[in-house]
Order: sequence, then C-alpha cells, then structure tokens
Amino acid sequence: MSAQHAGRAGQTAERPERKSVFSNDLVERIEKATLRYPDRKAALIPALNMIQRELGYLNRDAVRFVAKQLSIPESEVYGTASFYSLLGWQPTGRHVIHVCHNLSCSLLGAESLIEHLEKKLGVGEGEVTPDGRFSYARIECIGRCDGAPAILIDDDYHGNLTPESIEQVLEQYT
Amino acid sequence: MEKMLFKRIDVPNAADITVAEKHGAYSQVGKAFGIKPEDLVNEVKRSGLRGRGGAGFPAGLKWELCARVPGDVKYLLCNADEGEPGTFKDRFILEQDPHLLIEGMIIAGHAIGAQQGYIYLRAEYPKAAGILEKAIEQAYAKGFLGKNILGKGVKFDLSVHGGAGAYICGEETALIESLEGKRGQPRSRPPFPASSGAWRKPTVINNVETLANIPFIVALGAETYAKIGEESAPGPKLFAVSGAVNNPGGFELPMGTTLREIIYTHAGGIKDGKQLKAVIPGGASTPMLTADHLDVKADFNSLMAAGSMLGSGAVIVMDDTACMVNVTAVLIRFFEHESCGKCTPCREGTGWLYKVYRRILSGEGKPDDVDLLLSICESIRGKCFCPLGEGAIQPVLSSIAHFRSDYEQCVNGRGCGREEQCRKVLH
Repeated sequence: MSAQHAGRAGQTAERPERKSVFSNDLVERIEKATLRYPDRKAALIPALNMIQRELGYLNRDAVRFVAKQLSIPESEVYGTASFYSLLGWQPTGRHVIHVCHNLSCSLLGAESLIEHLEKKLGVGEGEVTPDGRFSYARIECIGRCDGAPAILIDDDYHGNLTPESIEQVLEQYT
Repeated sequence: MEKMLFKRIDVPNAADITVAEKHGAYSQVGKAFGIKPEDLVNEVKRSGLRGRGGAGFPAGLKWELCARVPGDVKYLLCNADEGEPGTFKDRFILEQDPHLLIEGMIIAGHAIGAQQGYIYLRAEYPKAAGILEKAIEQAYAKGFLGKNILGKGVKFDLSVHGGAGAYICGEETALIESLEGKRGQPRSRPPFPASSGAWRKPTVINNVETLANIPFIVALGAETYAKIGEESAPGPKLFAVSGAVNNPGGFELPMGTTLREIIYTHAGGIKDGKQLKAVIPGGASTPMLTADHLDVKADFNSLMAAGSMLGSGAVIVMDDTACMVNVTAVLIRFFEHESCGKCTPCREGTGWLYKVYRRILSGEGKPDDVDLLLSICESIRGKCFCPLGEGAIQPVLSSIAHFRSDYEQCVNGRGCGREEQCRKVLH
C-alpha cells in the first residue's frame, strides 16, 4: 500500500476545518473501546474496523481522526493500518464479496468461481460495479473449508458454490 | 467416545447462556474456585494437556511459568486467530458453544492469577464476533464475569479483540503486538510472554480448543482425563477435514485416531470414487503425506515420526487428479502474502519461491527449477525469526520428496495438458 492512498501528505496545515464525517456515536464507541485496555492505543485496530464498517474503507481523514481520538501520531495509525489485509483504502461497493482462494477452496473450484464472478460483475478485483452494488476481492482462508468453495459477502458466509448457485446468492443483495 | 468439546454443538441455540447452563455450562466454575490456584495449575499439568494451536506445548507448564512470576497484573489471551489454511475446528466452539470457551477462560484466569482476558478473534470470523460479544454480555449478567464471580471474590473481565486480516497474528508474540495496536510482527524471545507479554506483563496465550478442555479436566480430574486418547498427549482432539472428501467437517475424536479412520470413516472417504493422492495432516504448514501413511496415528509424536506434524488438526485431502505443483503453488502464494516482512529469509525467500512456481506454472519452468526450489528452502530453513518461514518450506520440501514426478512433468517442456487450469492460480 503506497502512501498516496492515505491522502495527500503535506497539506495538513492548509486544510480548512470542515464538518467531521465521523459521527458522535463513533466517537463514543471508540472511547468505550479504549476502556477495555490498559493503554488507549490498543483500541486502534477496533477503531479502524469500526470506521471501515461505517464508511466502507479508510482514508487520510480516518487516520487523522483515529490519531486524535487515541492521542497517538498519525504515522503510528497508518503504520499499523497498512499492515492488515482486511483494512482497505479504496471505495467498496454496498456489498463486499470476499472469495476464498486458499487450498481447500481452490481444490474444489475457487478459481473457476472467481472467473465466473468477474464475468458476471464485469469488474476486476478491487473494483466497484457501475451500479455501486458490489466489489469483490480474493481472501485467504476464511475457515469455511467444509463448505468449499466458500465466500463471504459482508458478514454472511455462502458455501458449496457453483457458477450457477453464486448467481442466486448475489440476487439476495440489493 | 462420548463427545466433550462438541457436547453442546448439536444442542439448538447453545450459544444462549440459559440453554448452555441447562447442558452443563459454567458447572465447573464453583468447583475450580474451591481449588487453590497452584493446585489447579498442577491438575492441568498432571492431565497432560498439550496446546491445541499447533505447537503442542504442555498447557500446565505454560500456566506454571506465568503463575510463578510475581506481580498483580497478568493477562490471559485466547488465540482465536485460526488462520492456518484448512483449519476451522475452533469455529464450532466460537459460533456454537462460546460459553465453553468463556468457562475455560474464567478457570484459567483463576489458576494463573489473571483478572483480565482477551479473545483475539480473526477478522474472517465476523459471525463469531457477534456471538461472542453476546455470550460475554450474558455471562456478565449472570455473574460469571466481573468483580465478584459467584460471590467468591474472584475477579475476571473478558472482552473480544478483533483482528484485521493477518495470518501471522496467530503467532503468539505477533498476536500481542497486534493486541497492543501495532503491526503484527513477532517479538524476539526471550523474554517469553509468560514473564513479559501483553503490555510487558506476565501473559498466558492459549488456543480456543486448549481452553475448552479446561472445564473437563476440572470435572473429571486429571487422572481420568489423562486416560482419554494417547498417553503422550491425552484428551480429545478436534479435526477439521476438507478437500476431496465426501463428508468434510469438524470431528471430535480421541487423540491418536489414524488418518485412515479420520478420512474414510468420519469424512466419508474420497469424493467421486477417486483415490487419495496426498494428505496434509495439520494445516498448510505441515508436510504432506501420501496414501502410504494412512495408518499413522494423528497425534503429536506419531505424525512427527512419520515426517509431518499434528499442527492444528486441519486435514486437507487431495485426490489422484490433483497436481501437487499447483497445490504447492497455492500454498506458497499464501505464505508469500502473509510473510510479515520483518526478517529477510522469510520475506525474500517466500517471494522467490512464488516466483519460481509462477515460472513453472506459466509453462516456462526449467529442469533445474526443482533443485532451485530446494536450494531456496535451504536458505530459509533455520534462519527465520519466527515459525512462518519454516512452515512455508514444508509443502515445498514434502511435495518434491513425494511427488517429484509431478514437478518433472511440469518442467520437461512437454507439459501436462492442464496448463490453462494451472495458470488461474497465478494471481
């Protein structure tokens, strides 16, 4: 992940104050999370997960916001955030499809499923469909190997998929 | 064998505390609190329980090392980051019987003197996150967690800490770094977490399944528990079977059940009437075995003697249509992606391995490439900061040892006719 994904460095000072896109509820939930730990910084990954859940992805504003909430430097926030595969820096669709491509799923047809999905959605990995409905990404083992090939759509698992059945699954998401 | 760890798995709605209690959940907390912490540690030592996360370290000894360190502040961490490809055994407990884990953690906390626990849960388990949060809330409401558990003056707080997608965080010091809000890169050891772990305080990190065994050790007593399964590693074991089998799933079996029984009796045998070609007995980082090894007992010592490892008990089965070069390439793609970048042999080595697999699967492999893979493995072996690099080379070494002809077919310039299929994994 390159630094440019996190925003434009060096423009911090000139940026005018504007209304925060982060809700008071989010501020409260992050504050509540800090109480679980002896050190506020431990709430960093939970906070980033909360923001991603709300906005769909992270950006420079998110990094700055979390840094302020947890009283740590922005560089530390970005340093941690950039390590983890499931924290993303690009806009996502309303529904995020994660297709497992690890061994158990691969043995039972994950690659053909991905090929079919790309064709069906008309987009590649990391891209959003023109109607904003879906984006998809490959993911490492999601622990649903007993239902291989398996996928995660948002928080829901779908397993034993075929190119035909995945189309029915997609219809459930608007 | 009567089920223990999966006792409540088939009970509808066992994630609800009322249902779970009706079926025995939290029944051992009172008994455990009546035992002095050092006696409880000894009981777990005498039970012979070995860690179920992969390394098989004696659980009681781990507890003792932490319990003996002076200090008022200690932590108990549950490693619920089962990211080893093919592993999904803990998922059943996390989603269907979270109170078993919570009960085990309350007892473990009492034994080691920890008043705070965290369940480090992988981000790929969002369903389990909600279930665990609710179960913890219910346990607080019923007085099984909090400042004065069962009115016995024992304090234990517990919360879920969600990860964000990193296999390496299953390594215990990387898990601690991640818990503290940092990049998940392993720490140098010593000091071991038992003396200096989370926030530099004495810390015990146990796998979900390990902690789930604790209430049964308390209930049965160490002597009776130690009679289950193998003498060298007693107790029940959860196996997660996937791949080319008719009935993939999670199975609770005595430690030491043979691979043949696991695959053919419990997992329904090989799909579509095919033959077994290879089996990975303990997750992606454990060496592959062949049909000749089916009578090996699945326990720590027997699998080690057969040249592999019990690992997490994740059994992945390949049938005779599988190309082992393709299979290994998928695993190396994974290890290359998950190498944390901290040490050079692992970071560069997994990258080089994947480059060679790419070349082979693209149809541009050279006859020397098989030896090149072996030589890269030698540059990784024994030189890495943590076990990830060592694990990454296992599928390469074992697939070449057992299935070198698959490789030779790929690099002989004549091809195998399935190149199209193979190239798809070159992501």
